[in-house]
Amino acid sequence: MNPVKAPLDTVDRIMLAHGGGGELTGQLIQQHLLSQLNNERLAPLTDGAVLPWRAGELVFTTDSYVVTPLEFPGGDIGRIAVAGTVNDLSVMGATPVALSLGLIIEEGLPVDVLDRIVASIAATAREANVEIVTGDTKVIERRNGDGLFVNTAGVGCLPPMVHLGLEQVEPSDVVLVNGCIADHGLTIMSVRHGIEFESDLRSDAAPLNGLIEQLLTGGVRVKFIRDATRGGLAGVLADISEHRQLSIEINEGRIPVSPTARHAAEMLGLDPLTVANEGKIVCVVAQDHATSALEAMRRHPLGREAAVIGRVTDTQPPLVELNTRAGGRRIVQRPYGEELPRIC
Amino acid sequence: MCLAIPGRIIECRGDEALVDFHGNRLEISKIMTPDAAPGDWVLVHAGFSICTIDKHDALETWSYLQQASASETDEPVSDLAGRSVTKLGGTP
Amino acid sequence: MTPGSRELRDQLTRLCNKISRQVQIMEVCGTHTTSAYRNGLHAMLPENLRLVSGPGCPVCVTPQRHIDAAIELAAENDVMIATYGDMMRVPGQLGSLEKLRARGARVHVVSSARGALQIARDEPAASVAFLGIGFETTAPATAATVLEAERDGIENFSVLMCHKLVVPAMLALLEAGDVPLDGFLCPGHVSVITGAEAYRPIVKQHAKPCVVAGFEPQQILLGLVHLLQCVQSGRARLENVYRAVVGDTGNRAALDLMQRVFVPADTAWRAIGVIPQSGLELAPGYHRFDAVRRFSLTLGEDEDHPACLCGQVIQGKAEPAECPLFDHGCTPLSPIGPCMVSSEGTCAAWYKYNRSAKALRDLPQSQEVSG
Repeated sequence: MNPVKAPLDTVDRIMLAHGGGGELTGQLIQQHLLSQLNNERLAPLTDGAVLPWRAGELVFTTDSYVVTPLEFPGGDIGRIAVAGTVNDLSVMGATPVALSLGLIIEEGLPVDVLDRIVASIAATAREANVEIVTGDTKVIERRNGDGLFVNTAGVGCLPPMVHLGLEQVEPSDVVLVNGCIADHGLTIMSVRHGIEFESDLRSDAAPLNGLIEQLLTGGVRVKFIRDATRGGLAGVLADISEHRQLSIEINEGRIPVSPTARHAAEMLGLDPLTVANEGKIVCVVAQDHATSALEAMRRHPLGREAAVIGRVTDTQPPLVELNTRAGGRRIVQRPYGEELPRIC
Repeated sequence: MCLAIPGRIIECRGDEALVDFHGNRLEISKIMTPDAAPGDWVLVHAGFSICTIDKHDALETWSYLQQASASETDEPVSDLAGRSVTKLGGTP
Repeated sequence: MTPGSRELRDQLTRLCNKISRQVQIMEVCGTHTTSAYRNGLHAMLPENLRLVSGPGCPVCVTPQRHIDAAIELAAENDVMIATYGDMMRVPGQLGSLEKLRARGARVHVVSSARGALQIARDEPAASVAFLGIGFETTAPATAATVLEAERDGIENFSVLMCHKLVVPAMLALLEAGDVPLDGFLCPGHVSVITGAEAYRPIVKQHAKPCVVAGFEPQQILLGLVHLLQCVQSGRARLENVYRAVVGDTGNRAALDLMQRVFVPADTAWRAIGVIPQSGLELAPGYHRFDAVRRFSLTLGEDEDHPACLCGQVIQGKAEPAECPLFDHGCTPLSPIGPCMVSSEGTCAAWYKYNRSAKALRDLPQSQEVSG
């Protein structure tokens, strides 16, 4: 039998030919992508998806995902690819409408790994009530045989009455987070070659559009929302402080960190404030609405441990200042980049 | 220059021990603390236990060991939103 | 703040008021530096108490020549380098290990020396060199790993020896006599290994109080209280507030490991120079595990940037802000000297937590913190 025509089932790893645009590509798309992601818009496999548009402005975002390992406790590259783009739309105040999915697969990737990740993409999209309406697949030459890179772009609809933006942040506004920080980055560390350790930690990767919708439709005067991904909570606070030239004062004792995450951070010598999250947002709300914001978030499963962590002030020079548990004070800054575990 | 953290030994196998740090588990060598046994608290540095610790001493010295939940305080938001006083209450 | 911290801070204030002059305490441990900054302790200390960082940051004191040796090993000899994360960004003359990895060399971050040995086990065809940095807390782990390599016949494993000893450095600093110091906050975990009595020579020969303390903020504050009590009473004492883990004589098993596998040697400290008997080398029976010997490396000379004040900073003779390069070319993103790289290097800590030290001091004081 012509090997190119051999059923995909007998092939256990992705080959360059799967990206060739021919029979094997067709089989890959039908049997491993469409089988999981099928919907009316995607099924015809047209060059572009046509989406009806009713009202409001269009919000458009894109992100690429290169995490290793591909699968980790609590999630995988597929889950964060969908959740990340959904969250980027949602923090803008937009209702996510549709996603595109671009896959760059390395020759040699086990097919069952691909299947699991595509299943996760499909499940996360269902969770977020959003569809993958168009996509692309390429295969690149083998390096380590375990690579998968994902890009998702998303469009969302911004309702006319929603106005979020950094320019609205002002002194006396209150800063909230929706739950425990640092889980994702520490989970990745726990499975990283060379420093791995067994842990109960799980990534917090999750689409937050449901939570954010609850917050925005609850009559709360929300000024600004951003998800605290790379750079962690510290990164977002630095963004706000720098952009607005305002100070932010936060209290260490109020920042939710799970005991397991806290211990893991101590083990690695990392500061939880700088560790990446994939299911956490920082919200700035008007002072009078702090309590209702907190209550709105806590009503949602992804906001049960929401907390008020600090407030915006007009102190100059603009700094992010942390009141420590020990009773001292220090400045919070963006992390350098790759936070490495320390021994000393 | 010495990041060392307290944990509890779950099991021992010869010179090896499995130590728990509140849901994180590390396999270490206990050759420097030969008498350490399951249930003992040890101080771990660079993959080795370097001493045993009395449980009460451990809880007293490392206050975060007593943290049972995520947030240390559940005080009303108005405490924070209205003034610059910050309440850093926590379980002792 | 916890009741303990507040009480301790008040005690410190009362003691400093009584002493009234400027008091200078040196902490000789990068982990103390980091903890003090991370917990914001500097903002709590009385005006006349200055906490100075000493040469206790192994990253800061590892000479350029050792980093360059590691780079040469990877580049010329195709050796895999295994290192603790702390060393990845430290600049030698040939660059840093982080940049080396970006250029395609195999550099692995490990969290234990045994992790490095495991890499050697997993890749019998490759050669693995482990960067052995750290003080007495970390040296026994390296010693134990060398013994394990010997026991299991792992011949493709070697160590680039950079371990150093704390007390000789403290004595050398005092003998140079440049910095007025009222006492030392001694490193808690080094002391687990060496025992508190290791600092007796400093108390006896130089009449400086030494207090062993741990790294939790209350431990640091408690240690400072004891030091100031000594200063106030004019009596140099050796004390230990970290009795949960530090005894007088240390960890015998760990000390035995070190004595078996290592010998003390005259060693170069970056930006300071050679301090006699202040470092560790492999004992003759273990020379075959020494990376320098195995690969016939020639260690070069350091050539630190002429304007870099790291050497002064780690001896407590200068503050980061006094260095002309601080924030002018030398930043955490583009470090020139090691003090800016290490997360516990004084300059990095200043930059991260305290850069606008003036700004912090001028901030409106938070009202009484209750709790």
